[in-house]
Amino acid sequence: MSILNNIRIALRALKANKLRSSLTVLGIVIGVAAVVALLSIGKGATQGITSQVEGMGTNLVTVSSSRMFRPGGVTSSSATLLYSDYEAIAAKVDNIAGIAPYYQTQESVATSNRTSTYSVIGITPSYESVTLQSIDLGRFLTSSDGLTKKRVAVIGATVSSDLFQGLNPIGRTIKINNVDFEVVGVLASKGTSGFMSGDSNVLIPLETGYAKVFGMRARSNSKYTLSGISISAATAESTDTVISQVETVLRSQHGLGLNDDLGFSVSSQAQMLSSLSSITSTLTALLGAIAGISLLVGGIGIMNITLVSVTERTREIGLRKAVGAPRKAILFQFLVETVTLSLIGGVLGIALGSAIAGIVTFLGLITASITLDVLVLSFTFSALIGLFFGIYPAWQASKLNPIEALRYE
Amino acid sequence: MIEAKAITKIYKLGDDEVHALDGVSLKINDGEMVAIMGPSGSGKSTLMAILGCLDTPTSGEYLVDDQPAAGLKESQLASLRAHKIGFVFQQFNLLPRTSALENVMLPLTYDGTKIKDRITRAEEALETVGLKDRMKHHPNQLSGGQQQRVAIARALVNDPAILLADEPTGNLDSKTGAEIMALFQTLHCSKKQTVVYVTHDSFIARHTNRIITLMDGKVLRDEINKNPIKAGTPRPDELITNSNGNHGAEVLQ
Ligand SMILES: Nc1ncnc2c1ncn2[C@@H]1O[C@H](COP(=O)(O)OP(=O)(O)OP(=O)(O)O)[C@@H](O)[C@H]1O
Ligand SMILES: [Mg+2]
Repeated sequence: MSILNNIRIALRALKANKLRSSLTVLGIVIGVAAVVALLSIGKGATQGITSQVEGMGTNLVTVSSSRMFRPGGVTSSSATLLYSDYEAIAAKVDNIAGIAPYYQTQESVATSNRTSTYSVIGITPSYESVTLQSIDLGRFLTSSDGLTKKRVAVIGATVSSDLFQGLNPIGRTIKINNVDFEVVGVLASKGTSGFMSGDSNVLIPLETGYAKVFGMRARSNSKYTLSGISISAATAESTDTVISQVETVLRSQHGLGLNDDLGFSVSSQAQMLSSLSSITSTLTALLGAIAGISLLVGGIGIMNITLVSVTERTREIGLRKAVGAPRKAILFQFLVETVTLSLIGGVLGIALGSAIAGIVTFLGLITASITLDVLVLSFTFSALIGLFFGIYPAWQASKLNPIEALRYE
Repeated sequence: MIEAKAITKIYKLGDDEVHALDGVSLKINDGEMVAIMGPSGSGKSTLMAILGCLDTPTSGEYLVDDQPAAGLKESQLASLRAHKIGFVFQQFNLLPRTSALENVMLPLTYDGTKIKDRITRAEEALETVGLKDRMKHHPNQLSGGQQQRVAIARALVNDPAILLADEPTGNLDSKTGAEIMALFQTLHCSKKQTVVYVTHDSFIARHTNRIITLMDGKVLRDEINKNPIKAGTPRPDELITNSNGNHGAEVLQ
């Protein structure tokens, strides 16, 4: 009884039962494709967020006045971050390599024929080194731009391509909130288009912003306010010291006691990364669970098809035994059948899942990341389901004597 | 030689017991041609399955060439069924969605026949039963009688020493039935095959040398038939019909 002969028998049986064979394959395809697509997208999302955060520098400490959600769902009353807070921090906190105060709003930005809304950020020159920006065209903002309240702007790569459609924007005029600004520089793209990318920002000197754009919104009791302060600590190890010193300074600036709620968020990139990664790992786990359910559904599909055909297959086994098939030939036939179906289903499933992930990436939603472990996991799981539900009934039936198997109902 | 010694077969249905066979002993020598008769439910199919090593008796012993079948390993039984026994089932048991030719080839896939010989031999077997022009048809595209002939071709294809047929002519018209009888007689006479078939029809039964009658799972009669009818001989009642000038289909031909 040659192996080739058994393979021939199995393939012939698959061909004779095209519908049953293709339904089984379909079950595996659905399961594998769902897992590959979902896990790849989940992984890609995680990696995307992490790399964006890392792209902002690991020594970064961020102070912000924005409202923050505390555990328990209560929003703490926010204190207002003032320009004078920045001056105090710059003067009193050690181990600071660079400090960049900024005020950020959404503004309509227009050229002669296009208008769109972007984040307009008032900054000081240190913003460039603290937030790891680099210039692609022209120049960055200088301190003299601020001192003379020049109406100059540096724009992100997306802004440049949106508004100028590939023309060189340097020297051209944009209207921010109806005030003319001259574009003096274009930022190099950070590649990603996520929520933290600087590609959709328009940077202007902080002083110019206070005087010409932000108006009363950026004042509190006639003092200038800030959206945040980015600080780059001298070393990664010193970020914790910097954070505690910044908090001390803020407390004394705002007359807060040690037990009072600070009302500012002072956090390091490392902390942010770890809280983000806990969010994204939850996300991945969730996607994994959904994928697991689809595998299960696919598995039940396979199970269903094999169990529905078990009567007929039991009779077939009875007949094959009656005409002289030994038990091991029958088991081998079913093994080859199920391995073939699982392989075809697995390969098609991986192809389909990768295609879905590819389409998601192509549409620019999320850069999906297809990794080997995901492929191996989904493939193995569905192959095992296919094998088990293909082999087990055959195993049972092959133990019957031919007449019992032929009478099976 | 096959030999049954006090074979019983009991089916348990809840508390009820059905004694399908109740102490059957018989010995069939090599090259014998035997018909088994008996009313419906008398245990004919049950006995045939045991003779074909497709089922095991509840008690008693079944010997093939003096070898107790119960003592054979699964693989030895499979080999016995592949090489020595040809079986025609009462319900045909053809593989669905599979051509007549492939159905007939099935036993050859398990008895070591070379691939290139399988098709030729299956074609020959189908030609023998008069189905040369239906080889590519699936069972559901064949009439009952044609399916029965495919089942007979499948039982013949491995040239078995023992041919066991459960009502092989049950669905056939008398002309085709006579052809099958002629075929069985040829196998028996020229190839010295042992042929055992079940039939309800005493005319068909009298084509053999020996007629065993079952009743309620027991052997009622086991008699020698000195003058087996030669295949092709018209039925006595057909003769009568003919002489009466009754215009049946057969007469018109
Ligand atoms: N699997 C089974 N379970 C229970 N009883 C069975 C089973 N198979 C057969 N029987 C019973 O055994 C008896 C003999 O059945 P068998 O099929 O051998 O009869 P038979 O002589 O071939 O009849 P027929 O001429 O109608 O084919 C019957 O009474 C039947 O009901
Ligand atoms: Mg019967």
